[in-house]
Amino acid sequence: MARDDVKTGYKYVGTRPNRPDGLDKVTGRARYGADFSLPGMLHAAVVRSPHAHARIVRIDASKALALEGVKAVVTRADLPTGLTGEDLNLQDNTLAGDRALYDGHAVAAVAATSPLLAQDAARLIEVEYEVLPHVTDVDAAIAPDAPVIRPGVADYSVPEGMHGNVARYMEFGHGDVEAGFAAADVVREHTYRTEATHQGYIEPHAAVGQLGEDGRGEMWVCTQGHWYIRRMCSAVLGIEAANLRVTPSEIGGGFGGKTTIFMEPLTLALSKKAGGRPVKLVMSRSEVLRATGPTASASMDVKIGMKRDGTITAGQVYFRMQGGAFPGMSPIGEALPCAFACYDIPALKHEGIEIITNRPKAAAYRAPGSPMAAFAVESMIDELCRELGLDPIEVRLKNGARNGSKSSYGPVYDVIGLQETLEAAKAHPNYSIPLGPNQGRGVASGFWFNHGGETSVSLAIGEDGTATVSIGTPDIGGSRASIGLMVAETLGIPYEDVRVNVVETGALGVNEPTHGSRATFASGKAAVIAAEAAIREMCKRAAAEWGIDADAVEWKDGAAHPAGPNAGKFPPMTIGEIGAKMGSTGGPISGHHEVTAGGYGASFGTHVVDVEVDPETGRTTVLRYLVVQDAGTAIHPAYVEGQYQGGAAQGIGWALNEEYIYGPDGRLQNPVFLDYRIPVASDLPMIDTVIVEVPNPGHPYGVRGVGETGITPPLPAIASAIAGATGARIRSLPCSPPKVLAAIKALKKG
Amino acid sequence: MAKVHLWASLRRFADGQEVVEVEAATVGQMLDALERAHPGLAPAIKAGLSVAVDGEVIANNRAAPVKPDSEVYLLQRLKGG
Repeated sequence: MARDDVKTGYKYVGTRPNRPDGLDKVTGRARYGADFSLPGMLHAAVVRSPHAHARIVRIDASKALALEGVKAVVTRADLPTGLTGEDLNLQDNTLAGDRALYDGHAVAAVAATSPLLAQDAARLIEVEYEVLPHVTDVDAAIAPDAPVIRPGVADYSVPEGMHGNVARYMEFGHGDVEAGFAAADVVREHTYRTEATHQGYIEPHAAVGQLGEDGRGEMWVCTQGHWYIRRMCSAVLGIEAANLRVTPSEIGGGFGGKTTIFMEPLTLALSKKAGGRPVKLVMSRSEVLRATGPTASASMDVKIGMKRDGTITAGQVYFRMQGGAFPGMSPIGEALPCAFACYDIPALKHEGIEIITNRPKAAAYRAPGSPMAAFAVESMIDELCRELGLDPIEVRLKNGARNGSKSSYGPVYDVIGLQETLEAAKAHPNYSIPLGPNQGRGVASGFWFNHGGETSVSLAIGEDGTATVSIGTPDIGGSRASIGLMVAETLGIPYEDVRVNVVETGALGVNEPTHGSRATFASGKAAVIAAEAAIREMCKRAAAEWGIDADAVEWKDGAAHPAGPNAGKFPPMTIGEIGAKMGSTGGPISGHHEVTAGGYGASFGTHVVDVEVDPETGRTTVLRYLVVQDAGTAIHPAYVEGQYQGGAAQGIGWALNEEYIYGPDGRLQNPVFLDYRIPVASDLPMIDTVIVEVPNPGHPYGVRGVGETGITPPLPAIASAIAGATGARIRSLPCSPPKVLAAIKALKKG
Repeated sequence: MAKVHLWASLRRFADGQEVVEVEAATVGQMLDALERAHPGLAPAIKAGLSVAVDGEVIANNRAAPVKPDSEVYLLQRLKGG
């Protein structure tokens, strides 16, 4: 699609109507995962390993099964054998095989007539363990004396001679980095570390599953992608995908963590063993933190060369990331290409390894890998700017990627908006507010690829001229409203006349989850094309009524019109008039589109943050925070702003407080929100936003995904602001008060 | 013929070449041709790749067109949140 084809001059797109799910959510009518109940339903509880690594010697469920009201127990022995690859990994994570691989790994599950009875029964299941050596730290896991926890885990890419816990290796780049460093006036090299963090979605995982002896089943589940749930559960349990119907609930946050399965297959396995009675399983917060998928922890070496005028001559990174006890889960493949994606640098070298540890199976988390990479590279660029006395925005404008730049990972960028975000940040009042004592300012840019993916959408015209849109991407951040606005714009009818429903797996072709910032882009694009198909049919019906050729009919303002004087003089035929008669003019009118959507435009943003650090305690207060990001076209600006603010809030939490803390015994020390500290509203100022709009030529309304980039810049921006306030550079997140205080004291000691 | 750029650590499976020229009309044909010419690339292709054709990241769409003068980059399979 050429840039000129992007529509402009909108009536509905760009407005801020009330949220279609708002009333249900504030009145408690919205149905989340745990809200489903069915007659005869059982409740489940899970037995989890208290050890980071242990051989499972024996499981005895006889005492649990003897309890009245206990209907079924499942262990790995109840699941089919012979799986390979990622299907086997999913099954291994659903229920441990001969070894528990991390603290919290599921070992057995039980279903009973009440939640309390299920929990009592779980405590009566006896598991004998033989504790094995473990490792949880990303760097310790490749030390020469580290235990090899899963021998043979390396894939084709790992060169000989690497540690047995290395699962994947990659290297790419361009130009001559040594010549680039030689051309620089200053070359600096440091190691940066980030700890694992959790998506922190407010709604824990919950599902109700029902599976009969005939292998036919149904599930109601809180998920970002119910076709993924269907495929993965079917693989783990050895059932046919078509025999499993999955309906998504409303979702209380996902951020990537609900794009896969954790406990969902257990509801089906227990149901089958309990004679087909439905089984509900709701995870506790502690279970969510211990046994679902946080993101990776990372240890990252960065080397950058810069001239005194701010020109970056070369960059080099070596990233080490652990994604838990299963291969393929760390975002090393995303982190490396994101590292220098904001820049146009003549010489770059990227190397990275994925490492296996005794931690839970990592999952995607908002722009997977990009926040860590940004922390390393953007922090280093800030260090160079401060050393050379350069303005951080000017340096980014000088070196930043623009239309036609060759990206750091190879392909050439088409139409992108990084430079526009930098100019908008520079012009914003926040960038020139004078700072007081103990205050500092940080700037960072961020990137995410965005995604299109498998998409199937249907649209039906109602008898009253309204439109119902069926989509397969669960609405996490406002996609129903945004898709409704685009369909309203396309059909020329009021937004209130369009209802968008997220439908179950039996109602559409396969849809990828709501991930990769794709839902409004891809389902929206497909919905627009489906609406255009319905328009063509409505024009045909009007043409037949008028006795003219369908090509002589045009659609505008929600009605068919004769296209010019030669088509004849007929009054417009509205969508309501066409819908009212469609049963007698050829039948129902609908539109449908399915595609693996391409054309998603890359996303860039720039953040500016001011902080104040208490020199007595090391506590950091965020004084003001600005997000500037390119949305392509903001379909519903309030939701776009919400995505920017949400991403920033999560990034601030990652920068200041959040971390998985493992003890020497390999057990997670902080599996509750009291100890795993996410920011709450009172911790943050109102986050200012600027929506930059550089329309994406790959979408009829110019949309770019906006969901992920916002979490990327806060990590380096906050650390750089702290450096500005204190003179102390924190290269290991989080910038918690004790760590900042220690850095201040170390600086004073000299 | 389309020029397919291999990331550095893949090149050892393709006789050290940085760029492999392939005759193909679609991403699927391109991957199949690569695998035929350099069987050592099979594990990487089977593990899943994202493919960028003329600047656009195609993800896993084997039907996406490749032109004779296309510039193609192989990337690790990308996941989103």
